[in-house]
Amino acid sequence: MSALADRTRPFRRHLTSLLLAAAVYEGLARSGAFAPALLPTLANVARALFEGVLDGTLPAHALSTLYRVLMGLALAITIALPLGILMGRYRPIEGFFLPLASALMPIPSLAWVPLFILWFGLGNATAIGIVCYAAVFPMLVNAWSGVRAVNPLWLRVANAMGAGERTLFWKVIVPGSFPFLLAGLRQAFLRAWIAVVGAEMLAASDWGLGWIIFDAKEFLKADVMLAALAVIGLIGFAFERLVFGALERLTVERWGMLRAGKG
Amino acid sequence: MQSVGSAMASAPTSQRSSTRWHTLAATALPFVVVGALWEIVAHLEIFPARLFPSLETIASVFVRLTVSGLLPHHAADTILRLVSGFALAAIVGMAVGIAMGRWRLAEDLALPIVSMGAPIPGIAYAPLFLLWFGLGNVSSILLVGFVSAFPIIFNTWTGVKAVKEVWVRAALAMGADERRLFHKVILPGALPHTLTGLRLGLAQAWRILIGVEMLAAVPWGLGWMIFGAREFLNTDVMLAGVVVIGAIGLALEKLVFKRLEDFTVVRWGMMS
Amino acid sequence: MPHIEVCDVSLAYDTPAGRVVGVAGASFDIEQSEFVCLVGPSGCGKSTLLNIIAGFLTPTAGALRIGGRPVTGRGLDRGIVFQDFAQLFPWRTALKNVAFGLEMKGIANPEREKIALEQLRLVKLEKFANAYPHHLSGGMQQRVAIARALAYDPSVLLMDEPFAALDALTRDDMQRLLVDVWQASRKTVVYVTHNVAEAVYLGDRVLVMTPHPGTVKCEVKITLARPRDPLSVAFIDYQKELLRQLSLNAEARS
Repeated sequence: MSALADRTRPFRRHLTSLLLAAAVYEGLARSGAFAPALLPTLANVARALFEGVLDGTLPAHALSTLYRVLMGLALAITIALPLGILMGRYRPIEGFFLPLASALMPIPSLAWVPLFILWFGLGNATAIGIVCYAAVFPMLVNAWSGVRAVNPLWLRVANAMGAGERTLFWKVIVPGSFPFLLAGLRQAFLRAWIAVVGAEMLAASDWGLGWIIFDAKEFLKADVMLAALAVIGLIGFAFERLVFGALERLTVERWGMLRAGKG
Repeated sequence: MQSVGSAMASAPTSQRSSTRWHTLAATALPFVVVGALWEIVAHLEIFPARLFPSLETIASVFVRLTVSGLLPHHAADTILRLVSGFALAAIVGMAVGIAMGRWRLAEDLALPIVSMGAPIPGIAYAPLFLLWFGLGNVSSILLVGFVSAFPIIFNTWTGVKAVKEVWVRAALAMGADERRLFHKVILPGALPHTLTGLRLGLAQAWRILIGVEMLAAVPWGLGWMIFGAREFLNTDVMLAGVVVIGAIGLALEKLVFKRLEDFTVVRWGMMS
Repeated sequence: MPHIEVCDVSLAYDTPAGRVVGVAGASFDIEQSEFVCLVGPSGCGKSTLLNIIAGFLTPTAGALRIGGRPVTGRGLDRGIVFQDFAQLFPWRTALKNVAFGLEMKGIANPEREKIALEQLRLVKLEKFANAYPHHLSGGMQQRVAIARALAYDPSVLLMDEPFAALDALTRDDMQRLLVDVWQASRKTVVYVTHNVAEAVYLGDRVLVMTPHPGTVKCEVKITLARPRDPLSVAFIDYQKELLRQLSLNAEARS
């Protein structure tokens, strides 16, 4: 077989596999063995997607979900980043907060939904709260580990060159822990995304991608569900590639620190 | 804390037990502080008592539910679902991961499908599963199995591919055939990554199970217990439930996997 | 009849940059129980040649015979020791590592572990039979690797720079041990190294290889009695000769 055929073989196989999966699905959907409402054809899903985008509902829901994710993430970073860094730098702070964090970490974020509903009502506040809870821990743990992992050699060198506490902090520790911070951000985003969908299903009032899926169940509209799932997957994928990929390239990759950062 | 450890090793017995108390006290301190703050807020009734119960109320609810057998029943059902879903994920996940690691064809075919499923949060599939399989146990077990299979597949696949070339060569040189190579070299060699995958899968399974129980309206289960409690504003029940959920999550992590890892990959020096 | 016959063996392969000749027309014979070293700079094809003899690579031209029979892939008539300490299976104790080849041969238990223990005794590690590799030092791990390669009684022992990653003192000890093991077991050994002094210490004959393309340029027969003294005049003369051959090649190429 020619070298070109060899090199394209994985791509050809990927394509075949996707087409095969799609074909099997279509086959099942059209076979009539399942109700069309439960297993819509790909054409129907595409139509639901198209309609949803055109009449503005899907984008509005997506924006609502994104808003909650970003707000929750922002809140989580505001809490976890400084705390994690301080924990890494000062032993007493670590000693106080580590047991608390370890106790709270094994609790799934969705377990707090009923409580948050009672405290904050349905809607944005609860969703943002759950997202924040989910995102705080990966960010905290990574910031903490990142600071601790800063090569003590760098600190010694900077000290020898006369750097004071503040300089040390901002010019050595923070950039030095960047790979971990980035990994923490990525994991936090992933958790946030999972949390927001769950929270929207259980606690959203009217808007959000998670809410659409839940609502569509009541009306047996699997085509809408699958369309929303596709949108969720797309946004997650886009964020991963565009936002995090870019961030990584601009910082840790450029500095050759990539190996340390994979979380 | 590090210096405490080494000090413990070298100090005479009386000093050692006092430093042990020291560490215990230090670990308990944050909880005591937080607990005290909570109690103060609760007793001052800054928030309505119904919404912010005191620690004694939570404790007494916990005792009541345990003694009446309700809490154990909820917990048992949840754990049963977890075990079934996870077992499903482990079997299917390891099989697919091994196939992907071993045969290029399997990897090329499965990778796009598996990668597509991964960025979508597992819980997003929940209503779909409920639609297809109805409310109750089957949907929750299947969903848990489906979602926790992904980390297992990826990590097992990585593990198989990470088996060192030099082990394979040495084994082949000593006359191993395909089958024996697989059992005696590939499987043990892939174990560190596989265990990581199983551990991540279990954590994932626990997280999603609680959410699914809330949606699937199963009659018994910890998720349902705390979700249902909101109807009567029983925050004390909710908080007691949250504590139990967290404790089980911790136990799963510490007891199950730590033991397994200590006996295998840590003993063999493949993971510290 | 020589034990190993390499007749005009060549290996060429395709890369994106074109066809690369790894080994070109290598021809030499090795007698039974001879200790032969392959010496050369990186890229001269010595490891490739060793892998061909081991059966991991198939030559694109030429013939290879061991004991009169053509080589058609891997076999239990050859044992191999790599440079990487991590060649031992971390999930098996030293004893079980050594017993692996015997397991493949189908030898049943009490017998198998008895033989494995004997091999460990030969490399002076019988006390560490139940230790896991990660508890052993680099030198000890390589000793276990040697015991493992010899356990199932192959007639040929192939070694690919086994001591290159060890510190100098350990390396000296290991070389002495290897000579003892070889004299006790009388295997035919093909030893690849880039270290000229090591080649003179160990080998009956040293084959000098040159890169681009990889060929066996010449051979130097070492007639010193063992144990050899690396500081003796004769030893250093042999080293000088080999270095001269190697630098001639380097000059010829530049």
